[in-house]
Amino acid sequence: MEQLIKYMTIAIITLPLLGSLVSGLFGKKIGTTWSHRLTIFYVFISFLLSICISKWILIEHLGPFNLNIYNWGITGHFTFEAGFLIDPLTCIMLLVVTFVSLLVHIYSIGYMQDDPGYQRFFSYVSLFTFAMLALITANNFLQLFFGWEGVGLVSYLLIGFWFNKESAVEGSLKAFLVNRVGDFGFLLGIALILMTFHSISYIPIFNHVSEASHETISIFSNHPWSVITVICILLFIGAMGKSAQIPLHVWLPESMEGPTPISALIHAATMVTAGIYMIARMSPLYHLSSTASSFVLIIGATGALFTGLVAIVQNDIKRVIAYSTLSQLGYMMAALGAQAYAAAIFHLGTHACFKALLFLAAGSVIIAMHHEQDMRKMGGLWKIMPITYFTYLIGSFALCAIPPFSGFYSKDAIIEAVHHATLTGAHYAYFCVLFGSFITGFYTFRSLFLTFHQKPRYDVSHHHPHESPWVIWLPLVLLAIPSFFIGGIFVKSFLYDGQGLLGTSVVFHNFLNANATAVNLIEESIHSPPLWFALSGILFAWICYIVAPGLPGFFVKVFSIFYTLLIKKYGFDDFNKIVFVDGSKIMANSFYQTGDQAVIDNFFVNGSGRFIVLISKLGKKIQSGFLYHYSLIMTFGLLVFLILILWY
Amino acid sequence: MFLHSILSTLIFLPISGGVAILAFSNEHQGRRAKLIALISSLLSISLCFLLYYRFDLTLPTMQFQESSVWIQPLNIYYFLGIDGISLPMILLTCFITLLVVLDAWHTIHEKITQYLAAFLIMQGIIVGVFSALDSILFYVFWEAMLIPMYLAIGIWGSQNRFYASIKFFIYTFFGSALMLVALLYLRYKANSFSILDFYSVQLNMLPQTLIFFAFLLAFAIKIPMFPVHTWLPDAHTEAPAGGSVILAAIMLKIGAYGFLRFSFPIVPDACKHFDLLLIILSLFAIIYIGFIAIIQKDMKRLIAYSSIAHMGFVTLGCFSIYRIVEHSKNISAALMSIEGAMVQMVSHGFSSAALFLGVGILYHQLHTRLIKDYGGVANTMPVFAAFFMLFMMANVGLPGTSGFVGEFMVILSSFQANPWIAFLATSTVVLSAAYSLWMYKRVFYGKVANTTISHLKDIKMIDMANFSLLTLMILGLGLYPDSLLKILHPTIEHLLTLSLQSKLI
Repeated sequence: MEQLIKYMTIAIITLPLLGSLVSGLFGKKIGTTWSHRLTIFYVFISFLLSICISKWILIEHLGPFNLNIYNWGITGHFTFEAGFLIDPLTCIMLLVVTFVSLLVHIYSIGYMQDDPGYQRFFSYVSLFTFAMLALITANNFLQLFFGWEGVGLVSYLLIGFWFNKESAVEGSLKAFLVNRVGDFGFLLGIALILMTFHSISYIPIFNHVSEASHETISIFSNHPWSVITVICILLFIGAMGKSAQIPLHVWLPESMEGPTPISALIHAATMVTAGIYMIARMSPLYHLSSTASSFVLIIGATGALFTGLVAIVQNDIKRVIAYSTLSQLGYMMAALGAQAYAAAIFHLGTHACFKALLFLAAGSVIIAMHHEQDMRKMGGLWKIMPITYFTYLIGSFALCAIPPFSGFYSKDAIIEAVHHATLTGAHYAYFCVLFGSFITGFYTFRSLFLTFHQKPRYDVSHHHPHESPWVIWLPLVLLAIPSFFIGGIFVKSFLYDGQGLLGTSVVFHNFLNANATAVNLIEESIHSPPLWFALSGILFAWICYIVAPGLPGFFVKVFSIFYTLLIKKYGFDDFNKIVFVDGSKIMANSFYQTGDQAVIDNFFVNGSGRFIVLISKLGKKIQSGFLYHYSLIMTFGLLVFLILILWY
Repeated sequence: MFLHSILSTLIFLPISGGVAILAFSNEHQGRRAKLIALISSLLSISLCFLLYYRFDLTLPTMQFQESSVWIQPLNIYYFLGIDGISLPMILLTCFITLLVVLDAWHTIHEKITQYLAAFLIMQGIIVGVFSALDSILFYVFWEAMLIPMYLAIGIWGSQNRFYASIKFFIYTFFGSALMLVALLYLRYKANSFSILDFYSVQLNMLPQTLIFFAFLLAFAIKIPMFPVHTWLPDAHTEAPAGGSVILAAIMLKIGAYGFLRFSFPIVPDACKHFDLLLIILSLFAIIYIGFIAIIQKDMKRLIAYSSIAHMGFVTLGCFSIYRIVEHSKNISAALMSIEGAMVQMVSHGFSSAALFLGVGILYHQLHTRLIKDYGGVANTMPVFAAFFMLFMMANVGLPGTSGFVGEFMVILSSFQANPWIAFLATSTVVLSAAYSLWMYKRVFYGKVANTTISHLKDIKMIDMANFSLLTLMILGLGLYPDSLLKILHPTIEHLLTLSLQSKLI
C-alpha cells in the first residue's frame, strides 16, 4: 500500500511536469492543439489519482503515510531528503489544486486562443501545478521551500507573460522581490528549526515539539525568547509574502497584469494559500505560542478589513476581486491566529472554488468586452451573458457568506472562532472580521451591479458582446456547483465532527458546539450579527448603484480624505518606492562611487601606482649622472655613519 | 600504470595540446586549431570520468599520488595528489574549458589559434594548481596561471583592456609575494616543501599570525574579498567571453581553495583568532557588493559584482566554523558550513560561466555591454532568453538549481554561529533577486528597443549544446547535491579535525 501511494504521488506530481516540458520544449512541433490536449490530459490523470488517494485517506482513514523518495543531501548528522507526507490535509490540498488547475487549463483554451505564446502559457501553467503539488505533498521544509520558490518563479513568469507590456513586467518583478522579502524570514525560520530540532522533516519536528517548548534563544542582548515563538514568527514572515498579508501584500494587486486564468489559479485559489497551508501544517508549533498566534491574528484581521476597504474604490473588475482575495486571505490568516486551523483550511477550500469562479467569470466578461477591464465601461451584461452572470452571482453570494452558499459555512466558522479567541488583540480582530463582512457585501455587489446591471455604458454601436464559448463557461458551471454546495455538505465532517475530516493533521480546536449541522447553522446565523452585516452591505450596494446612482459621488466628496487614502492604498506603494527602491539605489550609488571608485580604486589602488611613479621621479633626480653629485652623497653618507658609530 | 600518472596527463595533455596548436596551425588554419582543442578537451573530460570513477570516496587522504625529485639540492619535489576538495575543482576546470573551446567556435575570429592555445595551457596549469602537493610546485603553477590570462585579457579584450590586464596582473602578483615568504618560512620549520608536512608543524601565535596574513593577502585578492576586489570588475568587463568564464568559474575558486589547503590546516589558531574579521569581510561582500551590483550599467560588471557577492558565501562558510563549533558544541553544522562553501564554489562555477557565455553571445552580435542598449531581446531570441532565465535563477539561488544548495547550507549553518550573521547573509535572497532580475527585465523584456535588437539571431546549435550541458549541471547539482557531497565528506571531516586542533606549542 505504501509503495502504491508513493508511486501514485510521484505520478501526480511529475505528470504536470512532463506536460510542461513537452509543451515548453516541443510546443512548436506538436502545435497548439496537442499542447493543450497533452497538458490537460496529464493534469486530468493527476486529478483522478488525487481523488483515488483522497478516498483512501479521507474516507477509509488510512495513513498518514510518511514516504521518503531520495536523500537530497547528507552532511554531518543532518539528512535532507525529498519525500511525501500524505495525510488528510495534503489530500484536501491535492483535490483543490488539481481540480482548479484542471478547470483553468480547460478555460485557457478559450481565453488564450490566438495568443502567440499559447504553448508557453500551457507549459507555465503545468509547471506551476507541478511546483504547487511538490509544495503540498512535502514532508520536510526543503521540499516545501522548493515548491514555495517554484510557484513563486512561475507566478513571476506568468505575471510577466505579456512581456512587451511594461506594467506586466514591473508587476512581475515586484511580485518576485516582495516574495523574496518573505523568504528572508522563511529561510531564517528553517535555520532555527534545524538548530532546534536537528532536522527539517515534519515528523521529527512534531515529535520533539514539547521538548523544544521550553527552550529559549536570546536575540536582542540578553532578553530570552521562546524558540517556538521565534520560529513561528519567522515562518509567518514567509507566509506574509506568499499569502499577501499586510505589509507584504503590495504585489498581489499588481499581479493582475497577468492573464486572467492565472489570476484565478495562482493569485486566488492555490499559490497565495500556500502560506495558509504552511501555517496549518505547522499548527503543532503555532498552537504552543500564543504570542505568535496573536501576531498572526492581528495581521490577518487587519488585512481582512483594510484591504477590503480598498476594493470599494477600485474600478478595474480584476482589481476588485484581487483586493477581495487579500481580504479573504486575511480571514484565513485570522482563523489560523485564532488557532482554528480546520476553519482556515475549510475556508481555503471553499474560497478556492468561488474565487476562481469569480475570476474566471470576470475573464469571460473581459473577453466579451475585448479586454476592457474598467467596470465603468460595462453594464447591462446580464441579459447578454446569462451563464456568466448567474455563475458570477453564485460566486458573489458565496463570497459574501450568504447561506446556504459554501462561503457562509467557512467564513461564519472563522468569525465565530475569532469571537471566542482569548488571545491578545482578539477583540480588535473580531471587530475587523465582523465589519469586514459588511465591506465584503458592499464591494462584491458593487462590482456585480456595475458590470451586469443597469444600462450598458460601452459603445453599443461598436461592441456586440456575446456569451463565451463552452470551453469558457463549462469551467464556470463546474466551479459554481461546489461554490454552492460543498460548504453545506462538508461543514459537519470538517468542523463539528470530533476530530473532523482533517484528523490529526492539524491541531484540533474545539470552539463550537459539537452537534451543529448545516441546517441548524443556518438557523443560528439568523440570530447572529455576521449575516446581517453582510446583508446590509449588499443592500447598501444596491442603494448606491441601482436605486440612487448619484450617491457614491456624494460620498466621495464628503469623505474625500478617506477616499484619497483608499485610492492611494494607504500609501504603501509610495512608501516602498521612496524608501526601498529609491533609497537602495541611492545607497548603492554612494557605495559604488565613494567606496569602490573613490576610496579603494582611486586612492588605494591607482593611488599606490601614482605614489610609486612619484617616488621614482624623485629617485630619478638623484640619479643625475654627474660624478660630483654621487661623491657628495657618498661623503654625506659616510659622515652619517661615522656620527652614528661615534654616538654609540 | 597509467593511473599512476593520470594527474600528470591531465596537466600536460592540454598544455601539449596548446603547444601543438601553436606549432601546427597558423592564422588561416583555425579549423585545425579548433579540432585539436576539441580533441584535447574531450580527452581531458574522459580522463576526468576515469579519475572520478577510480576515486575512493571513503578515504580522506591524498589519492593518485605522484612524486619525483624536481630540484634535488633544494629538496623540491614534483609531488601531485588529490583529495575530495581538489577533485571537484579539477572536474570543473576540465568541464569549463570544454565550454570555452566550444564557445570560441563562432565568436572568436581574430587569432583563434593563439586564443585556443592560451586556454588549453591555462587548463593544464590550473589542474596543476589543484593537484600540486609541493608548495613550490604549487607556487609555480599559481603564478604561471597569470600569464595566459594576462594575454587573454590584453589581446582579445575590449577597449580598455590594457588598463585591466595590467591591473589584474599587478594586483594578483602583489598578493602572492608574501605567500612565497610564508612558504619559505614553513620550509625552514618543516624541513620540507611538502604541503602535507606543513600540516604537522607546530607554530606559536606570532608566526601563525604573520603566515595567516601572508596567505590572506594572496587568497583574498584571488577570491576576491572586499576590499581588495576592485581588479575583478575591470578584468571581467574587458576580458573576452572565454576569459571571463575561466576567471569567474575557476580562478576565483583558487583563492578559496588556498584557504582550505593552506590556512586552515597550517595556521588554525590564527584562523580562529581572526575569524570575526573574515566573517565581517564576507558579509561586506554579500551586502555591500550586492547593493553595488544593483546599479551597474554594464552587464559584465554586474555579473562580476554578483560573483564577488557569491564568493562571500564561500568565505563565510569557511570561517564561521569556529563560532559554530563553539556555539553548537558539535561539528555537524561546521561540516555543513564548509561543505556548503564547497558546493557554492562548484555551483558558482556553473552559473557564472553560463551568464558570461550568455553575455558573450549578446556582445558578439551587438558589440555593447551596456544594459540600456538592450530591451526586448526575448522577442527575437526566445530560446536564448529561456536559457538565460534559468541561469539567472541559478544566480538568484532558486531551489532546484545549484545556486540554492550552497547558500542554503551556509545560511543554515551560520545561524548556529550567530543568528545575526545568518540574518545579514540571508539578505542576499532579496539583493541577488533585485540585481539579477532587474537586469533581466531591462535586457530581455519590454518592446524591441531598437532596430539592431530586431535583427538579432537566436543561438546556434553549438551554443545550444553548451547551454544544455550547463543546464544539466545546474539542475543536476540542484536536485541531487549528494553526488557532490559524497566526494567531500571524508576530506572535509579530516580538514575540520586539522582546523580545530591547536598548534600552539
